[in-house]
Amino acid sequence: MAKDRSDTENGPRSPLRRTLLMGMAGLPALALMPRTAFAAAPISAVNTTGLAVTDTEVTVGILHSATGTMAISETGSIQAEKLAIAQINEMGGVLGRKIKVIQEDGASDWPTFAEKAKKLLVNDHCAAVMGCWTSASRKAALPVFEQYNGLLYYPTFYEGLEQSKNVIYTGQEATQQILASLDWVAKEKGAKSFFMVGSDYIWPRTSNKIARKHIENVLKGTVSGEEYFPLGHTQFNSVINKIKLKKPDVIFADVVGGSNVAFYKQLKAAGIDLNKQTLLTISVTEDEIDGIGGDNIAGAYSCMKYFQSLKNPNNEAFVAAFKKMWGEKTVIGDVTQAAYLGPFLWKMSVEKAGSFDVDKVAAASAGIEFKEAPEGYVKIHPNHHLWSKTRVAKALPTGQFEVVYESPELIEPNPFPKGYQ
Amino acid sequence: MTNPKTSPMQSLSKAVTVNDNPFMKPVEWVSLLLLAGVILVVLPLMLDGFRLNLVGKYLTYAFVALGLVICWGYAGILSLGQGVFFGLGGYCMAMYLKLEASSVENTKIQSTPGIPDFMDWNQITSLPWFWHPFQSLPLTLILVVAVPVAFAFLISVAMFKRRVGGTYFAIITQAIAAILTILIVGQQGYTGGINGITDLRTLHGWDIRQDSAKFILYFVNGGLLIGCILMAQYVKKSKLGRILVAMREKEDRVRFSGYSVAGFKVFAFCLAAAFAAIGGAMFTLQVGFMSPSFVGIVPSIEMVIYAAVGGRLSLFGAVWGTLLVNWAKTSFSESFPDLWLFGLGGLFIAVVLIFPNGLAGIWREHIEPRLFRKAKSLAPVASPALPHGAPAE
Repeated sequence: MAKDRSDTENGPRSPLRRTLLMGMAGLPALALMPRTAFAAAPISAVNTTGLAVTDTEVTVGILHSATGTMAISETGSIQAEKLAIAQINEMGGVLGRKIKVIQEDGASDWPTFAEKAKKLLVNDHCAAVMGCWTSASRKAALPVFEQYNGLLYYPTFYEGLEQSKNVIYTGQEATQQILASLDWVAKEKGAKSFFMVGSDYIWPRTSNKIARKHIENVLKGTVSGEEYFPLGHTQFNSVINKIKLKKPDVIFADVVGGSNVAFYKQLKAAGIDLNKQTLLTISVTEDEIDGIGGDNIAGAYSCMKYFQSLKNPNNEAFVAAFKKMWGEKTVIGDVTQAAYLGPFLWKMSVEKAGSFDVDKVAAASAGIEFKEAPEGYVKIHPNHHLWSKTRVAKALPTGQFEVVYESPELIEPNPFPKGYQ
Repeated sequence: MTNPKTSPMQSLSKAVTVNDNPFMKPVEWVSLLLLAGVILVVLPLMLDGFRLNLVGKYLTYAFVALGLVICWGYAGILSLGQGVFFGLGGYCMAMYLKLEASSVENTKIQSTPGIPDFMDWNQITSLPWFWHPFQSLPLTLILVVAVPVAFAFLISVAMFKRRVGGTYFAIITQAIAAILTILIVGQQGYTGGINGITDLRTLHGWDIRQDSAKFILYFVNGGLLIGCILMAQYVKKSKLGRILVAMREKEDRVRFSGYSVAGFKVFAFCLAAAFAAIGGAMFTLQVGFMSPSFVGIVPSIEMVIYAAVGGRLSLFGAVWGTLLVNWAKTSFSESFPDLWLFGLGGLFIAVVLIFPNGLAGIWREHIEPRLFRKAKSLAPVASPALPHGAPAE
């Protein structure tokens, strides 16, 4: 077993095809997917817009930051997308064509995302692009996708307020992530007062705005403080003192990236025990805990749609295949799972449309169901977001989460929520 | 004694090459023609629209590098905050374009139609006062240069009048770059925050996203760059340019000779800011957005590197340096998405170790003497063996 492990850590370039195929045996569900398209249709029928499609291959782009500050977060997405594409190729590809990947590095730099997106669309004629992570990178690349009529699968949970024909949002928009978890904390913990701490950019600000409206108008609670810090900020002592003074029922945190490490360590150092003080975060996944340290955040509640510890056959097969490809030590966060959905949703939309043409694929997307998703069942809404469940889980010292609440129904995505703007 | 031509200082008499002092020596004419030929003829013929647009983007950084040659190479003022002026110029242009893209018709899904989308997301219900001037194109074109220059003037007067210079000045410019970034990111309702100002569409009704528009903008950009080079050349050749060099070499002597050192420094710094601002505005037009990631410390230092790689004493070298570094950046990152930063780092180390005078140094020491061996015997005035404008040390 130990030898096996060191083999797998060589990454995807090692001659792993066979092992991978065996891992795939654990994905019986995938075999149920439509096989109608296995006899390849002629190119003229499936590609009328000059995309990079041959009789045997179709080109897809991956556009994430492999370098820079965001690399630590985006690497998981790259890995998930590569795994999904490898699995699709093992199954025979899309419309009988194997997927060829062109990977570009956004380098944690928003203009670079725009430049590389343009390269993938104009130079490489990619049929679809899996990519972008931060809102800023998406905002920079979006005009490029709209202008050159590309198709982007965007994996991150984000602030909403956006809907584009050229983007499929496989993460949650803000209301999907926030409302159900606030209802849960109000009911379960009897919470009335909230203190919000966030990083200073569009996603935390919009999320907190939605949370505040929900707290004040629906839950009839109070917000006793709302504080923002620049990205990368590491001094949270002043806000922690304020929290101690105000004694809120719940700390509502959407601090992102490296700041998380400082925030949770300083909370602990200040003597705030998260097993007694309820903390609800919408920005910490297994990936972040890797940096924060399980001991520092144990007891906090996180709301996401996916946790690595989810117990269902789809997820168990997914986690096993992921670890086989990328090593035993890797952890899988919410966004990584959402990124994994992208290639599959694209494949199904293409097969439904019977064509790689972006307009037809976009039109066919609404209503696509993916029953084998690790998070469970998902479905694409006509507004190009996914129906998904909200889950709340408690952080354990091991770095994993224990799910304590799951919304009974799929929650409808609503990027422009009335009454929350 | 006030005439630097007759100054006893070795460094000065070396810097001032010849007495009859033509606007440009034959060698420089060749350099200019070569550069103009490559930018305006060769590249447009060789590259497709996408790559040409990329070169256009690189060339907007060349404006900054050009400013740094005057400010750092000649006047000896190292500024690590040129991104501030690049960004201010770019933001001024972006504000105009954003207002045009946010017509009531385009933004009718917002709670307040007619204002930029990010303001609406931040519950701002009317256009802030400082956005109003940017509704007019002529005013915007003036402000693109005027705002950064005014800002540069304020900073430099405050500092040079107090004789703050050298490293201290460099550190303060860097701090200003950091402060401005934090300000822009923090005031996201007014500035677009970390996302910047995105989704720009038309310039006075002309769709800047089309390929034909990008093609035209490329030439406008190239033309402006050559205009700026000529202007910088004029400054360099004038008496003013010699005083700048003198100041760099021995500031006290210039001061004791009766010159107002601060005034000249302010001029050099403002000129560099103006160039950077033009570059920033052209960047916004060609790339279609502006964000605080061009204002901060990292891009500012990167721009100094362009000038260093090209050779900080050569106007043409700065442009070549910018092109080379950016081309390397793009092609390394396309071929090796995981390792390209190391390649780029290696390039910088190699340049600094092996060619301390940058590309221009290589040209002067190795290529120029060979090319102009004949010309030398015909026209001894050209004196190509003397590194023109090079410091004495």
